[in-house]
Amino acid sequence: MMDAKTGEGGVVITKLDDLLNWARLTALWPMGFGLACCAIEMMGAYSSAYDIDRFGVIPRASPRQSDVMIVAGTVTFKMADRIRRLYEQMAEPRYVISMGSCSNCGGPYWEHGYHVVKGVDRIIPVDVYVPGCPPRPEALIGGFLKLQEIVRQETIRAPRAVEKLMAKRQEAANA
Amino acid sequence: MTFEEIKDLLVQQFGEEVIVSDNKDPQQPYLVLQPERLPEVCLLLHDHEQTYFDFLSCLTGIDNGPAAGTMEVVYNLYSIPYDHHLTLKVIVPRNQEEEALPQVPTVSHIWRTADWHEREAFDLVGIGFTGHPDMRRILCAADWEGHPLRKDYKLQDYYHGIKVPFDNHNAFNGFKGEPQQLTSTPTPFSDKREKPES
Repeated sequence: MMDAKTGEGGVVITKLDDLLNWARLTALWPMGFGLACCAIEMMGAYSSAYDIDRFGVIPRASPRQSDVMIVAGTVTFKMADRIRRLYEQMAEPRYVISMGSCSNCGGPYWEHGYHVVKGVDRIIPVDVYVPGCPPRPEALIGGFLKLQEIVRQETIRAPRAVEKLMAKRQEAANA
Repeated sequence: MTFEEIKDLLVQQFGEEVIVSDNKDPQQPYLVLQPERLPEVCLLLHDHEQTYFDFLSCLTGIDNGPAAGTMEVVYNLYSIPYDHHLTLKVIVPRNQEEEALPQVPTVSHIWRTADWHEREAFDLVGIGFTGHPDMRRILCAADWEGHPLRKDYKLQDYYHGIKVPFDNHNAFNGFKGEPQQLTSTPTPFSDKREKPES
């Protein structure tokens, strides 16, 4: 029946939640940046062999256009400020995939690595952790599917970062 | 030129006292020089038509630890036309806490390679180089505390409100759903180049 175009099925009934979630989860645009060897696997996932594009995942060049940030690699303290800034520049709703051991928990640098942040979740909230050192492209794709499940469960939520910003502004105006 | 010939040349040019000691180990012989005479000796080795050490292969800073109380800088020289090598060392006393960093004269005006290598030695083991044009940290963040490759280095607890040690990972740190209040105000971002306060 689906392939027959009769012109009679003119009405689609769905919940607004489902519609918005479907739109979001089928076009998760990640920010195009990588920090270490995990980024090579991430590029592999983008390439034609794994073709992550079929899930609607297309890397974007700017945090303003991105929905998801893949922290692919070792987060150093020097980079930590930049990551926090990039995250704050992303428009809500925004998601974070922590890819690989280093950004999950510090990885091999957990004990003696003076320069490594022991987990990117000390800087920004993380939605999905992808284990591996580095994870294979399949694992990253698995992470995206997990993220899609998270998005599918969502309901419309308030833009918390904007609300916080407006509250701060209001406070400053009152003072 | 052989190691002995180079040593004789230096003794002849600068006198006995410029070479503090030497090591004739055939694997890698080296000369220990007086730190204050280092630049003139290097300049001669670079310019002399029989040595012509035109390439500084490596420059390494070493901390021998508080017990030994010394720090070293090792210079690996190479001459591309003559294909000969020379290793030089200078040994300086290690500074106590609250004391100024040990100082070694720069050779960055002779080999430009030394510029960044000396910044690395300054950043990681804390050896200052007098006369260096741009003595900043090169690897760690500009406001990092301490020199990480020193034997008695202690991690700082927080950097820009981020907990530095592992400490049971995120049992007590990190985000649990909602962004938590940072322990101190993050420093504002600046597009200026990172320079330490002089």
